[in-house]
Amino acid sequence: MSIYRLLARIVLAACLALGPMLATAQVQDDTARDLLKQLVEANQAEKLGLLKEISETGDERARGWLEAFRGGKLAVVEDTGNVVIVLNNRGRDWEIADALSGDNLGEMSRRDLETVRVNNAMRAQVDGILSVIDLTVTDPQGRLDAARNLLGDVDATLAEQLEARLAEEENADVRAMLANAIAIHRLEQGDAEAIDVLSGSLNPTARAALNTAANGDDPALAAAASKALASIEQKLKINHAAETLYFGLSLGSVLVLAAIGLAITFGVMGVINMAHGELIMLGAYTTWGMQQMLPGQPGLALVLSIPAGFLVAALAGIAIERSVIQFLKGRPLETLLATFGISLILQQLVRTVISPLNRTVVTPEWMSGSIMINEALSLTLNRLYVIGFALVVFAGLMLIMRRTRLGLEVRAVTQNRAMARSMGIKATRVDILTFGLGSGVAGLAGVALSQITNVGPNLGQNYIIDSFMVVVFGGVGNLWGTLVAGLSLGTINQILEPWAGAVLAKIMVLVLIILFIQKRPKGLFPQKGRAAEN
Amino acid sequence: MSIKKHVKVGLSALALSVSLSSVAAEDPIKVGILHSLSGTMAISETALKDTMLMLIEKQNEEGGVLGRQLEPVVVDPASNWPLFAEKARELLEKEEVDVIFGNWTSVSRKSVLPVVEELNGLLFYPVQYEGEESSENVFYTGAAPNQQAIPAVDYLMNNIGVERWVLAGTDYVYPRTTNKILETYLKDKGVAASDIMINYTPFGHSDWQSIVSDIKAFGSAGKKTAVVSTINGDANVPFYRELGNQGISATDIPVVAFSVGEQELSGIDTGPLVGHLAAWNYFMSVDNDANYDFIDAWIDYKGDDTVVTNDPMEAHYIGFNMYIEAVKKAGTTDVDEVKDAIIGVSVPNLTGGYATMMPNHHITKPVLIGEIQDNGQFSVVWETPSTVAGDAWSDFLPGSRDMISDWRAPLRCGNFNVATGECGGASE
Amino acid sequence: MTSSNMWLLRPLQERSTQIFLGLLTAAVVVVTILHLATPEGSALHVSAYTVTLLGKYLCYALLAVAVDLVWGYLGILSLGHGAFFALGGYAMGMYLMRQIGDRGVYGDPILPDFMVFLNWQELPWYWHGFDMAWFAFAMVLLVPGALAFVFGFLAFRSRVTGVYLSIITQALTFALMLAFFRNEMGFGGNNGLTDFKDILGFDLRSDGTRLGLFIATGIALAVGYVVCRGIVTSKLGRVSVACRDAEARTRFLGYRVERVQLFVFVVSAMLAGVAGALYVPQVGIINPSEFSPLFSIEIVVWVALGGRATLYGAVIGAVLVNYAKTVFTGVMPDAWLFALGALFVLVTVFLPKGIAGLLQKRRKATDDDGANAQEVAA
Repeated sequence: MSIYRLLARIVLAACLALGPMLATAQVQDDTARDLLKQLVEANQAEKLGLLKEISETGDERARGWLEAFRGGKLAVVEDTGNVVIVLNNRGRDWEIADALSGDNLGEMSRRDLETVRVNNAMRAQVDGILSVIDLTVTDPQGRLDAARNLLGDVDATLAEQLEARLAEEENADVRAMLANAIAIHRLEQGDAEAIDVLSGSLNPTARAALNTAANGDDPALAAAASKALASIEQKLKINHAAETLYFGLSLGSVLVLAAIGLAITFGVMGVINMAHGELIMLGAYTTWGMQQMLPGQPGLALVLSIPAGFLVAALAGIAIERSVIQFLKGRPLETLLATFGISLILQQLVRTVISPLNRTVVTPEWMSGSIMINEALSLTLNRLYVIGFALVVFAGLMLIMRRTRLGLEVRAVTQNRAMARSMGIKATRVDILTFGLGSGVAGLAGVALSQITNVGPNLGQNYIIDSFMVVVFGGVGNLWGTLVAGLSLGTINQILEPWAGAVLAKIMVLVLIILFIQKRPKGLFPQKGRAAEN
Repeated sequence: MSIKKHVKVGLSALALSVSLSSVAAEDPIKVGILHSLSGTMAISETALKDTMLMLIEKQNEEGGVLGRQLEPVVVDPASNWPLFAEKARELLEKEEVDVIFGNWTSVSRKSVLPVVEELNGLLFYPVQYEGEESSENVFYTGAAPNQQAIPAVDYLMNNIGVERWVLAGTDYVYPRTTNKILETYLKDKGVAASDIMINYTPFGHSDWQSIVSDIKAFGSAGKKTAVVSTINGDANVPFYRELGNQGISATDIPVVAFSVGEQELSGIDTGPLVGHLAAWNYFMSVDNDANYDFIDAWIDYKGDDTVVTNDPMEAHYIGFNMYIEAVKKAGTTDVDEVKDAIIGVSVPNLTGGYATMMPNHHITKPVLIGEIQDNGQFSVVWETPSTVAGDAWSDFLPGSRDMISDWRAPLRCGNFNVATGECGGASE
Repeated sequence: MTSSNMWLLRPLQERSTQIFLGLLTAAVVVVTILHLATPEGSALHVSAYTVTLLGKYLCYALLAVAVDLVWGYLGILSLGHGAFFALGGYAMGMYLMRQIGDRGVYGDPILPDFMVFLNWQELPWYWHGFDMAWFAFAMVLLVPGALAFVFGFLAFRSRVTGVYLSIITQALTFALMLAFFRNEMGFGGNNGLTDFKDILGFDLRSDGTRLGLFIATGIALAVGYVVCRGIVTSKLGRVSVACRDAEARTRFLGYRVERVQLFVFVVSAMLAGVAGALYVPQVGIINPSEFSPLFSIEIVVWVALGGRATLYGAVIGAVLVNYAKTVFTGVMPDAWLFALGALFVLVTVFLPKGIAGLLQKRRKATDDDGANAQEVAA
C-alpha cells in the first residue's frame, strides 16, 4: 500500500469526524492565509497534511480552497505573498481573486504568479475528502456517486463511520454501494463473508478486490473469491456482448450520418461529390463558430448549430451546384474531378482563413459521460445522442422523399428527366434543391461529428471513402440501403475489432465489401426500373 | 489574418534584403525551411515554419551572423514523403541553402536522409523520434527514447506505483520502436508479460470504443494501471473523448502521452482530461523568464493572443541558436567546418538550463512530466534532476545494444560497434 | 515478321504516334546532351536534380497512360491504379533493399535495417528471391498483373460495372494501404523502404545512374505508349471501345466481353507496375501513401486534364500537373492547393476534352481517335 493511500485514509477519517462542523465555523484569516501559503512551498507529503489541516479548520470557505487547489487554481502573488484564486487561467494575464475575501483583484501577468502544484495523487485525496462530505447531501444520486468514489479507499476508522452512515441511509442503491465499500475493506482484511456481499457486483473496484483475494495467500479465501469471480465473469460476458452491439450501432450511425447526404447527391442525382467530406467539415466548423459566438453556452450553441450547420452546408452545396456541377450534366465522372478540385480548395481555405490546427468544440454537460445501465455496462451519452440524431435525420429524409412535393419531383426527375420536364417539373430547381438538401444533411453530419472527433481541415477526408463504401454497399439511390449498410458495416467492424485488431478489422470489412459486390453487383438494395439501366 | 501577415512579413523581408544588399558585402546565409504547409501534417508543421521565420527575423534585427544576413527559403513538401526528398534536393542543389530546418514525421526524415548525406547538407530535426539513427549530416534536437519514454515510465513506476501497463500506439515506426524498448525495459524491471497489454491502431483512428473498453477491463485487475500512449496526432481527440465518456479519469488510469503537446490540446476540450500526463522536454507553462520572453515574441509575431508554444518549437529554438553559435565559432558556413564546430556547443534552453550538442548529434535535455490542466496547459509534476544526453542507439534493443555514435575525429562513425570494434555498415 | 508482332508495328505507322515518339526522343536526347555536355553553372545546364525530376514526371506519365488505357478505351474508371503502381514500386524497393546487403546501419547481411531493430529473426518467405534482379523485375510485372487478374476475373465475371467498379477498386487500394501500414506485414510500415544504395551494381547517388534511369524511363514510356496504341488500334481494341460505349450490345454480338476487359486491365496494371518500379529508385523511397485512394484519384485527374482516350493527353496531363506542383510548392507554398484545385475545376468545366481536345480543335486533326474521344459517354 502506498504512503499516499495511507495518509488519505487518515485524512478521510478526520474529515468524517469533523464534517458536521464544516458548514459553520470561520477561522481567523491569518491562520488560513498561513496554511494556504505553506501549501505553496510544501512537498507532497506535507501538502497532504496541510490539506487535512485546512479541512479541519471547519471554515466554510475550505471547500472553495480545496476545489481551487484541486483545479490547480490556487496561486501566490510572487511579490506580496498574497494567496489568490485564479478565476481565468488562459492567456498571458490571469484574472485573480483574493482567496480569503473573495474580492476580484483584476488581471495579473502570469510571470508574477506562482501556482500551487497539484498532481493526481493529491487530486485523489481531495476527491476523497469531498466525497466524505458529499455522503450527507440531500440528492441521492450525489450520495451514490460519493459512495462509489470511496470504493477501495476505506480503512478501519472510515469503515466504522460508513457503518453508521449505512444505518441512517434510506436509499437502497446508496445502501448497497456503502455495503460494497465496507465489504471491500473487510475482504482486504481477510473476511470471507465479505465475498458474499461482493459476489454479484459488477463494479470494477469490487472485481479488483476479488482478484487480489483470489491471488492471495489464504487458500480458502482465494477459492471463494475465484468462485465469486467466475459468476461475475458469466454476467460480464452478456454485458460485453451488449456493449459490442452498442459500439457497432454507434459506429454505424456515424457512417450513416456521413453517408446519407451522399446517398442523395450521389445516389439520387448521380453526382460523385468528392467535396462531400468538406461539406461535413463545414458543418463541424459551424458548430465551432456557434460556440465561439455564444461563449459559456455550449449546449445552446450546439442546438442552434443544427439548423445553422444545415444552412451553411446547404448554401455551400448550392453554390457548388450553380457554379460547377450544373455545367457537367450527364457527365457524372467529371463531377468527380471538379469536386475533387473543390475539396482541395475548401480544405486549404479553412487552413488559411481559420487555422491549420484543430479547433476545440466543447461537449455540453448533458452530452458528456454515460448512462449507467449497470455497474459494468454504461452507454456513452454523446454516442447515444448521435445514434438518435442519425435516426431522426434518416426519418426526416424519408419523409421528405416520400411525403412531400419535392420528394415526388426528385424521384420523378431521377427516374426520367425528360419525361418529368415535359410534365412541367422544373428540373433545374429540383437539382438545386436536391443538391442543397444532400449538402445540408452533410452539414448535419458535421455537427454530430464535432462531438465525436477532431474538428480540423482533414475531417472531411477521413470520412469520404467510408461514405462512398456505405452508399455503394447499400445500393446507389436507396436510402434504406444506406441505413442498413452503415449500421451493418459498423457492427461487423466492432465485432471483428476485439480479436482482429483495429487495422485488420477495417481491412476485412473492405475485403468483405469487394466480395459482396461480386455477389450482388448493385449493392444490397439494387435500384429497380428504368433508372437502373443507366 | 494569416495572408495579411504573410504579405507583411514578406514585404518587410523584401525591404530588409533590399536595404541590406547595399550594405552587406557578402551574400546572405540561406536557411531552408522544409515543413509541410498543406496536407495532413500541416496541422503540426506550419507553426514550426513560422517559428523559424520569427527566429531568423530576430537574428537579422540583431545584425545577422558574421556580418551576413539570414535569408529563409520556404518550400512546401505537402505531407508527401517522396516530395520531401525532392524538395530537400531542390533546397540544396538549386537554392544552395547553407542549412535546412525541417521534417516532422520519421518517414519524411528517412526520405530526406540519403539526399542530405549525398549532397553534404545540414539538417536540424526538431521532433522526438524513435532513435536508432545517427547521420553525419543530421542534428537531432528532439528527444530520443531515453529522453522521453524511459523517464516517464520511471516516474509512473516509482512515484505513482503503476504495476500494469497498456502500451497503446499508432501503428508506425516510432510507437513500435518505443514500445519495444519499453517492453524490454519493463520486463527487466520485473513486470510480468501478462501485465503488459500492447495495442496498435491505424493513423487517424476515430472509433476507440472497444479499445477503451478493453483498457478499462484490463485496468480492473486490482493493480494500479497506466496507459503509455504513443498515439499520433488526430487520433488523440477521439481517444481522450472516449476515455472521458467511459468514465476513466486520470486518478483511475492515468494516460501518459509522448505525442500530445500544447498544440494538440488547443484542439481539445481539456476539461475531462485534467490530470492525464505527457512527457516532454519543454512545456509552455514552465516558469522561466527566457520562456516568457519567447512566448511574448511568438504571440507578437503571430499577432494572436491565443497561440501556444510547444516542445518541437523549443527544439528549433535550440537548434537555430546552436547553428548560429557554431557558425560564429567556425567563422564560416562551410558545412564540414560547422559540423565539427557544433559538437560541444552549449546554448540556453527555455526551461532554465543549457542544451549541449553531443558527439552523436543528439542534445542534452531535461525531461519533464506534466499533467494536463483545464486551460490546455501542462503543470509540471516531476522533472529529471539534471539534463539527459540523447542516446542514438537504445540499450534496450538487442540489435543496437553495442552500438555508439561519435562524429568527432578520429572515430567519425555513426554506428560504431563496441563489441566488434568496427564501424558497422558505414554510410560511406 | 509474324502476325503476332503486327499489332505492335501498326502504331508506328500512325502520324500521332510518330509525333509523340519523336517529341519524347527529342526531349530525352536534349536533356541528356544538356546534362552531359554543358558545364555546371551554365544557363543551359540541366542539373541532376532536374534530370531526376523529369524522370519522375515520365514515371507518372507512364502511369497515366496505363490509366487512360482502361478508362479511355475500356470505360473502367479505376480509382485504384495507385495500388498497381505501388506494388511494382515495392517489388523494386525490395530488390534495392536486398542490394544494400551489409551496408545497412546494423551491418546485417540479410535483414533490412527495419527488421533488425524490430527484432525480426529471419527474412519472411516473401522476401526471398528479391536479391536476384531478374526475379525482382519479373515480380514488378507479375505481382500487379496477378492482382489485377484475380480482381478483374471476379469483378468482370460478376459484371460489376460503372461506379460500383470504381468504388471497389478504391476499396482495394485502401485495404492495401492499411495492410502495408501494418508493421507486421514486413514491408517497413509507414517508413516504407528507403536508403537504397545501388541498382544492378550502379551507385544510385551518381549522376550517371540518374541519367540512366531517366533514359530507361523514357524508353519504358515509349514502349508502353506503343503497346497501348497497338492494343487500341487492334481488333481487340475496337471491341474494348465497343464495351466502353455499349457493353450489353457487345455481349449480345457474341464477344466475350469479360475476357477483353480482363486482358486490357491486366496489361494496364503491369504498365502501372513498371512505372512504379522506375519511380522508386529515382525518388528514393516507397511508402504505403502511394496506395492512398486520393493519389489514385489524382492520377485520374491528370488523365482528364490531358484528355481522355488519347494516350498522349494522359502524358501531357501527368507532366503538366506535376510540373505545376513542383513550381507552386516552391513559389507559393501557402496557396498552391488553391491553384491546383482551381485548375481541376476550370479544366473540367471549360475543357471537357482536356488539353488534347484543345490541341485537336486547334489543329483540326483528322485522327479517328479524336472522334472517339468526343463520343465518350460516361
